[in-house]
Amino acid sequence: MSRDKTNQKSIRSMIQENKSSRSQSAVMEKVVPKIFLICAIISIFTTIGIVFTLLTETFTFFNRISIVEFFTNTRWFPFTSDENADFGIIALIMGTLTVTAIAMVVAIPIGLAAAIYLSEYASAKTRKIIKPILEVLAGIPTIVYGFFALTFVTPLLDKIIPGGISIFNALSPGIVVGIMIIPMIASLSEDAMNAVPNSMREGALALGATRFEVAMKVVLPAALSGVIASFVLGISRAIGETMIVTIAGGSRPTADINVTESIQTMTAYIVQVSQGDTGYGTTIYYSIYAVGMTLFVFTLIMNLLAQFISRKFREEY
Amino acid sequence: MPLINKESVKKRMGTRLAANGFAKFLFILATCFSLLVLGVLIYRILSEGLPYLSLDFITNFASRMPERAGIWAALLGTIWVMAVTAPVSFILGVGTAIYLEEYAKKNAFTKFVQINISNLAGVPSIVFGLLGLTIFVRLLGLGSSVLAGGLTMSLLILPVIVVASQEAIRTVPREIREASFGMGATKWQTIRRIVFPAALPGILTGTILALSRAVGETAPLLVLGALAYVAFVPENIFSQFTVLPIQLYNWTSRPQEDFHMLAASGIIILLIILLIMNSIAVLIRNKFHKRF
Amino acid sequence: MDITINKQIVPKNEKEQDFTPVFKINNLNLWYGQDHALKDIKFDIPEKQVTAIIGPSGCGKSTFIKTLNRMVEMVPIVRMSGEIVYRDKNIFNAKYGVEELRTQVGMVFQKPNPFPKSIYENVAYGPRIHGIKNKKVLDEVVEKSLRGAAIWDEVKDRLNENAYGLSGGQQQRLCIARCLAIEPDVILMDEPTSALDPISTLKVEELVQELKKDYSIVIVTHNMQQAARISDRTAFFLNGEVVEYTDTSTLFSNPSDKRTEDYITGRFG
Repeated sequence: MSRDKTNQKSIRSMIQENKSSRSQSAVMEKVVPKIFLICAIISIFTTIGIVFTLLTETFTFFNRISIVEFFTNTRWFPFTSDENADFGIIALIMGTLTVTAIAMVVAIPIGLAAAIYLSEYASAKTRKIIKPILEVLAGIPTIVYGFFALTFVTPLLDKIIPGGISIFNALSPGIVVGIMIIPMIASLSEDAMNAVPNSMREGALALGATRFEVAMKVVLPAALSGVIASFVLGISRAIGETMIVTIAGGSRPTADINVTESIQTMTAYIVQVSQGDTGYGTTIYYSIYAVGMTLFVFTLIMNLLAQFISRKFREEY
Repeated sequence: MPLINKESVKKRMGTRLAANGFAKFLFILATCFSLLVLGVLIYRILSEGLPYLSLDFITNFASRMPERAGIWAALLGTIWVMAVTAPVSFILGVGTAIYLEEYAKKNAFTKFVQINISNLAGVPSIVFGLLGLTIFVRLLGLGSSVLAGGLTMSLLILPVIVVASQEAIRTVPREIREASFGMGATKWQTIRRIVFPAALPGILTGTILALSRAVGETAPLLVLGALAYVAFVPENIFSQFTVLPIQLYNWTSRPQEDFHMLAASGIIILLIILLIMNSIAVLIRNKFHKRF
Repeated sequence: MDITINKQIVPKNEKEQDFTPVFKINNLNLWYGQDHALKDIKFDIPEKQVTAIIGPSGCGKSTFIKTLNRMVEMVPIVRMSGEIVYRDKNIFNAKYGVEELRTQVGMVFQKPNPFPKSIYENVAYGPRIHGIKNKKVLDEVVEKSLRGAAIWDEVKDRLNENAYGLSGGQQQRLCIARCLAIEPDVILMDEPTSALDPISTLKVEELVQELKKDYSIVIVTHNMQQAARISDRTAFFLNGEVVEYTDTSTLFSNPSDKRTEDYITGRFG
C-alpha cells in the first residue's frame, strides 16, 4: 500500500488542468439536448405533415366534388370524362369493410384460440417453439401474402365453392388478411392474459375448475380489455392493408357486395391511381388524398379506441 | 340436507372434463392452423420459385421474356433505398428516444410527442406514401428518386425505432447512471459513454427489425411513383429506382403463369434477405440478453 | 434518569473541535415534497478520519450522505435550505459546479454498480471523462487504484474481462477502485457492505481502515458493530435529526442521549 505521493499529486493536478477544457464541454451540455429536441420535433412534424398534406389536397378535391356527394354517392367511377365521373366513397368503404369483416371472422377466433392455448395450456417448451413461428408469420411482407392469395387461395376457393369464384374477389384477400393478422391478435391477447396473476388461476383451479373453465371464466374476463384492444388494432391493420387487396381484390368499386366478385378498397384505389398515368392537378389526383384522408381518419379512430379501451378498462390486480 | 348434491357434481364432472378436452383440441387446432399456413406458403413458393432461381436471375435486369428476366435493378434499388433509410431513421429515432428518456421534462409537450409517436406507428403505410409524394417528390422537388423513397421509408419506420430505443434505454439501470454522475461526469458524458453503449444492443435489434419491415414494404413506394419496370441500376440518390417488392408486385399482377413463377423466385430472395436480417437481430438480442 | 443529568453537564457536540473539518454542515434542511426528511443538521466532518452515520431505516442517513455530493438532487421533488461548506466553499453556490464537487467527493454505493464494461475500462472511466487520454498514465492509474482497493492480485490477469463476471464483493472493491482513480479528497460510502457476504464485508472494512490514511471517509451503515469497528466518529440520526455526534468510543460506551442508548442497546430500530 505504498502510495507514490508525487504521482498522486500529478493525477489530481492533471484533472485540475483539464478543467479549462470543461468550458468546451459545458457548451456541449447545452447544445446536445437541443439537437435531440430537434430529432423529436421532426418526428412530430411527420404527423403534422401527414395531416397537413391530406387536409390541403383534400380541400382542393372538395372544391371540385361536393363533400355531400363524396359521402352519399354509392358509385365510384372516376376514370371517365369529367361530367360522367362519380366520386362516391361509399363504394370503396364497402370494399374495405367487406375485406375487414372477412379478415376478422378468420383472425379473431383463431388468434384468440391460439392465445388461450399459448397462455393457458401450452408448456413453456411448446411456447418457445410456437411464438417464434408466429413472429415469422408476422414478419412476412404483405406482397408475399398477396401472391399467396392470388395464386393459391383463390384457385383453392374456386374449387371449393360451388359455381366458382372470380379471379379477383373479396373473399380470398379477406381470408389472407385475416391470416396475416392472426399473429398480432394472438400475441397481444396472450400478453393481456399473461398479465393476469397466477394466484387468480390457482384460486379457481383449487376449487376443482377445469383449465377450460379457468380460461373462459377467470382469465378471459380479467384480460378482456387487452383482448378487445387487440381486436380493434387488428381491424385498424386490416383497414390499412394495401398489397393483398390490391393484388387479389381487383379494381371494381361497388357498394353492392358479393364476396365472390371483384371489389376495390380505399387502399387499392390509391395504388391504382398512382400506377396509372394520372396527371398532377387532375380531380383524380386529388381524389387519392380524399380517400387517404378517409382511410387515415378510420385507422386513427380505431387506434385511439384501442388505446382508450386498454387504458380505461385496465384491470388493477 | 346438504346444500351441494355430491351425486350431481360427480355426474357433471364428466361433461366438464369432456368440454375441457374438446376445447383444448380446438385451441391446438387453431394454433396449428397458423403453422400449417406457414408451411403451405413456404412450400408453394419454393415449388414455384426454385425452377427459375439461378445466378442469372439475380444478375439480370427485368425483361419482357420471363426466361431472361432478373432482379438486379430491384435488388440494388432496395439496397440504395436502405442506404438512405438506415442512417436517417437511426439518427432521428435514437435522437428522439434519448431526448424523451433522458432530457424531456414530464410536461404536456413530452406527453404530446409520446402519444404522437405511438399513433404514428398505427398509420397505414400507404398514407406515408401520400406524405412522401407531396412533401419529398413535389414540394422539395426530389422526384421519384432514391432519396425521396429512402426518406419516406425513414419516416415510416421512425416510430418503431423510437419505441425500441426507448425500451432499450429504460433497461439501463439507474445505479450505473448514478455511478457515472457520482464520479463527476456530466449528463452528456454519462449518456454517451454509459447509457448509449449499454442500450446499443437493444437499439440495434429494434433498428434491424424495423429496417427489415421497410425492405418488405411496397405500398408507400408505389404511391411515390417508384418505377415498376427498370432496366438500370441507380447511380446516385437522385436516380429513379425500383425495389424488390415492387418488382414482385409487377410480376404477380401479370396474367402469364411464367411471371408468377418469377415472382415466386423473387420472393425466395426477399425472404432470404429478411431471414438474414432477422437472424442478426435475434443474435444480437440473445448475446446481450439480461446483462443487468 | 441520570442520563438526562449527564446531558446537561456535558452538552453534546461542543466539547471537542480538535480536528480540521472537510465538511461543515450548517442548518441543513431537506424536504421530499411535503416530507421533512432532514431537520436542522449541524455538524462538522473531520479530515482523514472515518465518520460513521448510523440510525434506523428511514432516519435520513442515506439522504444525508447524498446531499454531500448533491446526488440527492437527482430526485426531482427535493428542496433544501441551509449550507454545506466543503473546504471553505458552499457546495450549493451556483458558481460551484456539481461535476467539480463530485470530482473531489467520490461515492461508493449500496449495491455494487460497475459499468457493463471491462475491469480496466471501469477504473479508467473517471480519468477519461476528466480528459486524461494518455495510455501510459491510464495504465498506471488503473493499477494503482486496483492495488489501493486491494483487488489488484485477483484481477490483474483479466483486466479486459467484463466486470459483471466478478463476484459481488469483488465488484464492490472494483467500485472503490473506480472511485480512487480520480483521487478524490473525500469518499462517501452508502452502506457499502449491505449487499455483501461476511468475508467480503471484512475485506471492505479492512480497506476502509487503510484508505483513511489518504482520504476522508463518510460511511453510512445500518450495522452498529461495523460503525464501532471502523469509524473514528459517529453520528446517530433519528427521524431526520442528529441526536448525537461524538467520537465513536464515547458514543457506544457512554451515550449522552437516552434515544442513542436505546438504539445501540437494541431497544428499537
